[in-house]
Amino acid sequence: MAALSINNVCKTYANGTDVLKGINIAIEDGEFLILVGPSGCGKSTLLNMIAGLDDISSGDIAIGNKRVNELSPKDRDIAMVFQSYALYPSMTVRENISFGLEIRKTPKADIDATVKRVAEMLQITHLLERKPGQMSGGQRQRVAMGRALARNPAIFLFDEPLSNLDAKLRVEMRTEIKLMHQRLKSTIVYVTHDQIEAMTLGDKIAVMKDGIVQQFGSPQDIYDNPANLFVAGFIGSPSMNFIPATVVQSGSDIGVKICDDNGCVVLPLPHDKARLAQWVGKEVIFGIRPEQITDARTAYRDGLPVMACHIDVIEPTGPDTLVFVSLNNTKVCCRTHPTEAKYPGESMELVFDVSKAVLFDPKTEARIV
Amino acid sequence: MFKNLTVGRALVYAALLLMAIYYLLPLYVMLTTSFKSLDDIREGNMLALPQAWQGGAWGKAWATACTGVECNGMQGFFWNSIKMTLPAVAISTLLGAVNGYVVSMWRFRGSDALFTMLLVGCFIPFQVVLLPMAQLLGYLGLANTTAGLVLVHVVYGTAFTTLFFRNFYITVPDELVKAARIDGAGFWTIFFRILLPISGPIFVVCIIWQFTQIWNDFLFGVVFASGESQPITVALNNLVNTSTGVKEYNVDMAAAIIAALPTLFVYMVAGRYFVRGLTAGAVKG
Repeated sequence: MAALSINNVCKTYANGTDVLKGINIAIEDGEFLILVGPSGCGKSTLLNMIAGLDDISSGDIAIGNKRVNELSPKDRDIAMVFQSYALYPSMTVRENISFGLEIRKTPKADIDATVKRVAEMLQITHLLERKPGQMSGGQRQRVAMGRALARNPAIFLFDEPLSNLDAKLRVEMRTEIKLMHQRLKSTIVYVTHDQIEAMTLGDKIAVMKDGIVQQFGSPQDIYDNPANLFVAGFIGSPSMNFIPATVVQSGSDIGVKICDDNGCVVLPLPHDKARLAQWVGKEVIFGIRPEQITDARTAYRDGLPVMACHIDVIEPTGPDTLVFVSLNNTKVCCRTHPTEAKYPGESMELVFDVSKAVLFDPKTEARIV
Repeated sequence: MFKNLTVGRALVYAALLLMAIYYLLPLYVMLTTSFKSLDDIREGNMLALPQAWQGGAWGKAWATACTGVECNGMQGFFWNSIKMTLPAVAISTLLGAVNGYVVSMWRFRGSDALFTMLLVGCFIPFQVVLLPMAQLLGYLGLANTTAGLVLVHVVYGTAFTTLFFRNFYITVPDELVKAARIDGAGFWTIFFRILLPISGPIFVVCIIWQFTQIWNDFLFGVVFASGESQPITVALNNLVNTSTGVKEYNVDMAAAIIAALPTLFVYMVAGRYFVRGLTAGAVKG
């Protein structure tokens, strides 16, 4: 186990493309770090650089206070689980797990004990003599994890390990990975493009886009306080509503003006008045999550602004019914209690909890309040 | 089996049958002629079976037929060809495997350019390299030796074998190599322990291709070898062109079949793997 620190790391390819533009991330020993972002954001490149499979153009990577920039992958004390599992096709499961130990000249008895321990932990003992081609995706995934576990490394690296599994198995394996982390207290760096995996697994999340860390923090912090429009839209499902709106002064309150077919209301904002005052009369992007627009029964506080809205579409998901309305000519998703939701064409009273709402600058996409 | 035989089907089968006969006919004529006596050949129909089956022509072709001044048959040259083909196939295939491994898994600056140059090597006509190669073999002291011929074939074949192996290894996920590197395996360990064990199909393709090319080569054999070291293709030419008054078609045919047997044998043993290997990359999930 070891801490990991990434200091001002850049990656520039020979043709001049900047893939990573100064990455700074540090995690403690035993933390679960998620690198999340859309494809092409540089998250896998960063992981490969931590692994030593890709060169670092500038900056430093340190594992447990030891600078590893020039170390080859095998000397970095890491293990990696790949998206394609990358099991050696000609070897049995046992040989796959023991290969790394064998190369490191571990004594035979130790290897046998390790294989046994890992296989029992992952419940793959009955598969030990099989070849990768004779196993299902989920089983291969376990073996790939077993191969990493057997080495007992300072840091585990996961490169989208669940994206080749079907939806049900993915959720199962997700829980298992989390369980494994809780039990072993291992340091893990986990790359994914799936924001749900990021939220559920991570102690810390680094949201990346265009080779830059957009925000680094705990899952809840990133969910509640997104640093910019991209992070706000990327994390959360269904994603945050972005409603173009004008900031207006209404008596002593400052709020955003929200209109639908029937008319307009001003939603007063409880945020920093001084900050808001600078934006009065200007266009902003009003960001509010679906669960913050709901029915009167679900809303947990009285005295919140209410607006009767015309329903366009409803999507029952079981626990909630998503109600879609049109505000300021933008499709807005609201999460309501299934028994409270009305039907398309009808009007429904929706309660706006603006305490966690956020405002963004439409030009820079940066957070205002 | 004739239940579903429609007119269209029947036409297809008839066409296929015709094609098969067309391609098999020369082999048939060669085989039957090689078992005929000279009188039988002169008097009889070319397509008829021998009036009396005689194996004498085979013995003569193997041991006593004249190939120029010498009259020791094909046997010596047959072994020449074996001594040339086996090492040339083995060396060029192994070189190709290593080359393919490097250009697909260990990209370096200029590796694509190198691969392109190797590819171009596949298209250089044999005639172009004859003179420079003769000179080179002279410098190396390998002129007119089997070793020299092996060198020529290895140099020429490596372009093809590299292409084969590169195209095979490019279908292998490079995460496999990354995983092995993290496990601590080096260049050769990865090659021998991870990639070679899954390279069976492409080895078969490569060996068949190279064996056929090298065994059947005439031009390099006739230019770079002489006398004792000539391969069987050159000897066959000499045998057919050496006349002692009578044209012994039966001996010529027997000799030709002897010269073709090893490639036929390789196809029969490994042919089904050949097709499997050629399509291996295409159907991988």
